[in-house]
Amino acid sequence: MPEAKPVPFDPSALFAMPYAWHGNAIGTRYCAHGPDWCELALPYDARLIGDEASGVIASGPILALMDMACSTAAWLKRGGMVPHATLDLRIDYLRPARPRETVTGRGECYRLTRSIAFVRGHAHDGDDDDPIAHVAGTFMLTGAA
Amino acid sequence: MKLPPYAELLGLSIEACGDSPPVLVMPFVADVVGRPGFVHGGAIGGLLEMAAIAALYHALGDDGGDRDGVRVKPVNITVDYMRGGREKPTRARGSVIRLGTRIANVEARAWQEEADRPIAGARMNLLIDRG
Repeated sequence: MPEAKPVPFDPSALFAMPYAWHGNAIGTRYCAHGPDWCELALPYDARLIGDEASGVIASGPILALMDMACSTAAWLKRGGMVPHATLDLRIDYLRPARPRETVTGRGECYRLTRSIAFVRGHAHDGDDDDPIAHVAGTFMLTGAA
Repeated sequence: MKLPPYAELLGLSIEACGDSPPVLVMPFVADVVGRPGFVHGGAIGGLLEMAAIAALYHALGDDGGDRDGVRVKPVNITVDYMRGGREKPTRARGSVIRLGTRIANVEARAWQEEADRPIAGARMNLLIDRG
């Protein structure tokens, strides 16, 4: 497989790009990051609602948030951006997110191999000890794009 | 069936399919783009969830259940990404593998031009609240 050299990046700038893309469509915001983790936020927005009777947001935006937090975590642990793709992502939805609360998602990359990044994370809506979702997944290097 | 606001954000529409579970179509528009030229994995996951939920409501309707009184809640989802989603519409359809009293096991598959070349698939467990 062709080796791609990781390109150093600033996660806060990545999620401040003014372009139209899915991250901006759902309203993703950067929170914080470390050497192998990234935390992103998803402010409550009526356009994300999945159940109109309760005002609870759909699970899809949480999946997208965790995909981005985990993808960024994998890049951080690898030392920069590399072409990679989500191989699989599993999410347990522990309870519905409370309407009008911001959802915070933290992804962590806990293991890198030559071709695979193993990630895990969780999301909460205000209390880190009372998560709304747990996630586990893998990303694979896709070589030179 | 009526789609929620999140489905509108994804631009989803329903294709008529007779007695089969509905096919949901997601156009390639800026709001679903990930890296340039590709559909965002989160949008594909959201589409698969909507297709799975639509298939479950479809199956519950077939059961003669009162759809207005029935609510389904996702317990978990596992998505496999198989190919990049390119600059064209993505379709997805769910399939109810087992419909229990309280739990449904549902699969969904997403494709672009050829239905037998999936770009992603998902397994989902949902809780059925019959009111």
